[in-house]
Amino acid sequence: MDMISNKTAIVGIGISEFSKDSGKTELRMASEVIREALDDAGLVPPDIDGIVVHTDDASDEIAAVRTMGMGNLTFFGQCRWDGAPCGMVMRAAIGVAAGMANYVLVYRAVNGSSKRRMGTPSRDIAQMSTSALLQWTFHAPFGQISAAGAVAMITSRYLYEYGIDPDKFGWIPVVCRGHGSKNPRGMYYGQPIAIEDYRRSPMFTDPLRLLDCHENSDAAAALIITTLERAKDLRQKPVRILAVAQSEVAETEEKNCFYSPRLSELPEIVRVGERLFAMSGLAPRHIRSIQLDDSYAPLVPMQLEALGFCAPGEGAAFCEGGDRIRMGGEIPLNTSGGSLGEGYLYGLNHIIEAVRLVRGTSPVQAGPLSPVLVTTGALGPASGLIVGDGL
Amino acid sequence: MEYNPAFPLLRPYTDFDNRGFWEGIKRHALVFQRCKHCGLFVHRPRPMCPRCLSTEKEWVPSEGKGKIYSYVTVHYEKTGYPGIKVPYSVVVVEMLEGVRIIANVEGIEPEELRIGMPVEVTFEDIAEDLTLPRVKKREVGSP
Repeated sequence: MDMISNKTAIVGIGISEFSKDSGKTELRMASEVIREALDDAGLVPPDIDGIVVHTDDASDEIAAVRTMGMGNLTFFGQCRWDGAPCGMVMRAAIGVAAGMANYVLVYRAVNGSSKRRMGTPSRDIAQMSTSALLQWTFHAPFGQISAAGAVAMITSRYLYEYGIDPDKFGWIPVVCRGHGSKNPRGMYYGQPIAIEDYRRSPMFTDPLRLLDCHENSDAAAALIITTLERAKDLRQKPVRILAVAQSEVAETEEKNCFYSPRLSELPEIVRVGERLFAMSGLAPRHIRSIQLDDSYAPLVPMQLEALGFCAPGEGAAFCEGGDRIRMGGEIPLNTSGGSLGEGYLYGLNHIIEAVRLVRGTSPVQAGPLSPVLVTTGALGPASGLIVGDGL
Repeated sequence: MEYNPAFPLLRPYTDFDNRGFWEGIKRHALVFQRCKHCGLFVHRPRPMCPRCLSTEKEWVPSEGKGKIYSYVTVHYEKTGYPGIKVPYSVVVVEMLEGVRIIANVEGIEPEELRIGMPVEVTFEDIAEDLTLPRVKKREVGSP
């Protein structure tokens, strides 16, 4: 851990606009955000000697190397599951810390809206992994096939255990859409919502309302990671990786934990939080902004509890009224809009926003904020990171 | 449960590890994998006991009784499967054997569903090659 914390940095970022139909191939989108990240860092394609990509993406590293003339790879591999993004940064940081590469590129490009509907099997059954097949075999015949259904199942238990009024979840989309309404590259620019809109929103999968759920989008993002030593010679002020962590626990599934001892807690996020705070030497009170997996609104209060920002059962009350989690509040949440207010890119956009906050270039901020905590993938295998301007 | 015949029924994918469970369901018997070495009940089935790593296991009939641990009702077909007509409910049931199963309900209206509700397993033959477990309300105190 000592090789990574405060010794590696994110030095270049690129992100596309979020839309319902990009009109571009995923490789084209990937190439454009990689070019933007290179330019941001002050690097050229032959400098890139490491690439981490996602198993689900069409724009694999072979295609990117061919498209952009990156012919010097010595470190490459794939990460899996929706909760991968911070773990992809972890893989990249390990690569540069261990000296296996100098500049590692991380990217995802997904036409999640126009190409296919998320939540439907993207592979032939015969090609599914054993864990995916298990979900198919023991959940799908009962009509339990979407992530929304899984989150609803967890939320139902959470509401029961703590006696929470589900109306309070509405403040999360209200705050995220409020932030996203100021983000010109997001899907909801100029389109904030009020709590009344949430209360009128149709019941989707009871107890989730339509506005509790993200919409799919077409989008891409790229990041470049190097050592802090090399970062000092590049174009931008380095954004240091203070901590990065992954977690996977017993009885987990890709997008649910129906079999975990307590369905109302997120065991992987609990572990991710413990590791992030141990590695960085920080505590929740030191964090200035959070970029949390908000693919479904109830996951936010559950994560606030799992990470120690508030006591069990108090996450929804913490978000009530929205003032604490708005820009300018105690701990601003998903300041570029997140999945609910910017668009869906599995949280890679949350990492990009964390970097912008530390640099002071977020679309909504007045001055730099540091450190920032990010989680990706609250359900199932999860990852997280803390970035900042130094300790 | 009402099915929309315009869409295929979703069938379990059986393999050497889980076949016993689905063969049981076919003959209207709920069975769970139990480790012959340490006695641990396991669901979903798997090739090895996660506690003692034994591959010696057996299929043990369940009492078929449990309580609703959590539930959802799908109102919008995009979040469910379009081959099943909405609204429909899905429940997680904690069985007396200590394992949890996912199932649909029989004879329980969405607004009646409660966490902690005692239920028992029943079976529905949906097609010649597809039988699924359901749960219905169970009188507390019944043997």
